[in-house]
Amino acid sequence: MNHLGFELQPLKIASFDFTCCEGCQLQLANRESTLPEFLALVDIRNFREISSERHDDYDIALVEGSITRSDEIERLKTIRARAKMLVAFGTCACFGGVNSLKNRMPQEAVIREVYDGKAIETMPSMRIGDIVEVDYGIPGCPVSKEEVERIVVSLVSRSPVTLPTYPVCVECKQRLNTCLFDLGEICLGPVTRAGCDAVCPTGNTACLGCRGPAEEINFPAFAQLVRDKELSMADMREKLAFYNGFGDYLEEET
Amino acid sequence: MIYKVISKPEFISFIDAIVKANNAYGPRQVDTGRRGEPIYQFMPVTSAGEIAFDYTATHSSAKHLFLPFRDELSKFSFTDGNWEQEVRYDAPPIVLIGLRPCDINAVNILDDVMLRGPYPSPYYLARRRNTFIIGMDHLPLADCFCKSMNRHTVNHGFNLFCSDIGDRYYLSINSANAFGFLKEFRLEEPSYEDNCNLIERRKMIKHSFTTNIEVTGLPVFLDIEFDSPIWQKWGDKCLSCGSCAMVCPTCYCYSVEERFDIDLKGSTRQNHLYSCNLVDFAQVAGGHNFRPKNGDRLKYRYYHHYRGFAANDNQQICVGCNRCGRACLAGINPKDVINDLRLERESCMTCVSTSPDRT
Repeated sequence: MNHLGFELQPLKIASFDFTCCEGCQLQLANRESTLPEFLALVDIRNFREISSERHDDYDIALVEGSITRSDEIERLKTIRARAKMLVAFGTCACFGGVNSLKNRMPQEAVIREVYDGKAIETMPSMRIGDIVEVDYGIPGCPVSKEEVERIVVSLVSRSPVTLPTYPVCVECKQRLNTCLFDLGEICLGPVTRAGCDAVCPTGNTACLGCRGPAEEINFPAFAQLVRDKELSMADMREKLAFYNGFGDYLEEET
Repeated sequence: MIYKVISKPEFISFIDAIVKANNAYGPRQVDTGRRGEPIYQFMPVTSAGEIAFDYTATHSSAKHLFLPFRDELSKFSFTDGNWEQEVRYDAPPIVLIGLRPCDINAVNILDDVMLRGPYPSPYYLARRRNTFIIGMDHLPLADCFCKSMNRHTVNHGFNLFCSDIGDRYYLSINSANAFGFLKEFRLEEPSYEDNCNLIERRKMIKHSFTTNIEVTGLPVFLDIEFDSPIWQKWGDKCLSCGSCAMVCPTCYCYSVEERFDIDLKGSTRQNHLYSCNLVDFAQVAGGHNFRPKNGDRLKYRYYHHYRGFAANDNQQICVGCNRCGRACLAGINPKDVINDLRLERESCMTCVSTSPDRT
């Protein structure tokens, strides 16, 4: 590919899933309108949802899911050793995701509830970054294909990769939504990283923070807001814990 | 300006006709708040029946119809080592109904900034010229402070302005277009009584303000208070969420982004409205951030609004609509911040035993 006089190479990409629903990877095969152009930018080396070919030489590893078994740790380390760049792909990989809800319970109780007491090995859910070094994180439950396209184009064209630094409120206000706090709900929009185009509040559903904290959030002010509106602090904590993206702040608060 | 009066039913017929023949926007109820209060926004309307003529205030201003939150500035296409730029100033005509005097003043301020500065914006100009503005007066809400900013009346910047004088509207017709449209409808010359009613209406509006902010000498005051601890005190509350700037009718600061098309055969340059309260507003290449503290960022927003920047002739750009105050989840509002600032200085004055020129 020649681009403005530069010779550009497609990215040698591999995609892997750990404890997750594979929904983020599925996003890569979505948005059919731009799929041929997207696939021209990448050389898929390993990606079971798109191709049955398997190659172990890749530059970029997209890793979806959290880590909940010891064999996953070994597999992840192998991927890290092979990849020049490892991307935590989606909320589970970045923060632990919904899977982390089980961390609140004794693991025996979790196994009993889900597997009816069968001998299953499972550990508390960990984020990818707890095990290996992560070069980039693309948050979202699921990731936004549009954002992934933008990032892939940036990587191919060797431009800086950026995510919005500001909270969801910016995008929500731009869509002229009614603030969910005005409707008596707790919404994590003021503390959550934008980039989703405020899809949940636009659908009248409170933001649950799947994209994790925005940069340098003012958490004490957010907790104060919930108190001032006489909303439930327990509800706030529940929402903050949902995707496990706000663990540091929750500890600070209690 | 030409003055006429129109009965309310005839006015509705006029609005219905103009709305049906054009792309029109007007205040509509979009939600009901926690305390049962209606929530309004300027939205597309297709008949007069959809317009809430008795609305209080819209949560967001109509700014985005002149300055879209995201706007394509130009398109580039790459061919064999060369490139071409395409710039379009597309602005289909729109009719904007129900702007308040403060909102029209806000558009006039944007005119100053966007059209009368050293780099007039053709994008803004295209939209502004193609927008037909119908203003409507209203009784101030409890927290409106446009009178303090002297923005509660307006005498230009609209095509038509309607004052509610009971069973009819007193029309100020300010463009040939507006006069042309209205010719099709039954208008009357204002009678002596209509004129009295208009004066009464204006007096009543003027005396209905309950929120007043002392802004006399505020620019100098702000210069003196540059290092005041007040800024960090309010900054500590700020969520840096940018809501204030998004709903504001005059916040125009923006960021420019260039994006490659996914096929790498072209790119677009877009601007998107930003806010000086956002954490990376003053971050420059290399990563240095000139305003890493909430308090500093908040301060600059107040400076832009109440002191004015040289770029717009040191004009105060706040019109006193208090949309920022209502939208702020942290309870930051101009009235409290400015009063706090003044209070601080005044209490400090009382500590001074004798002023130098008295000795």
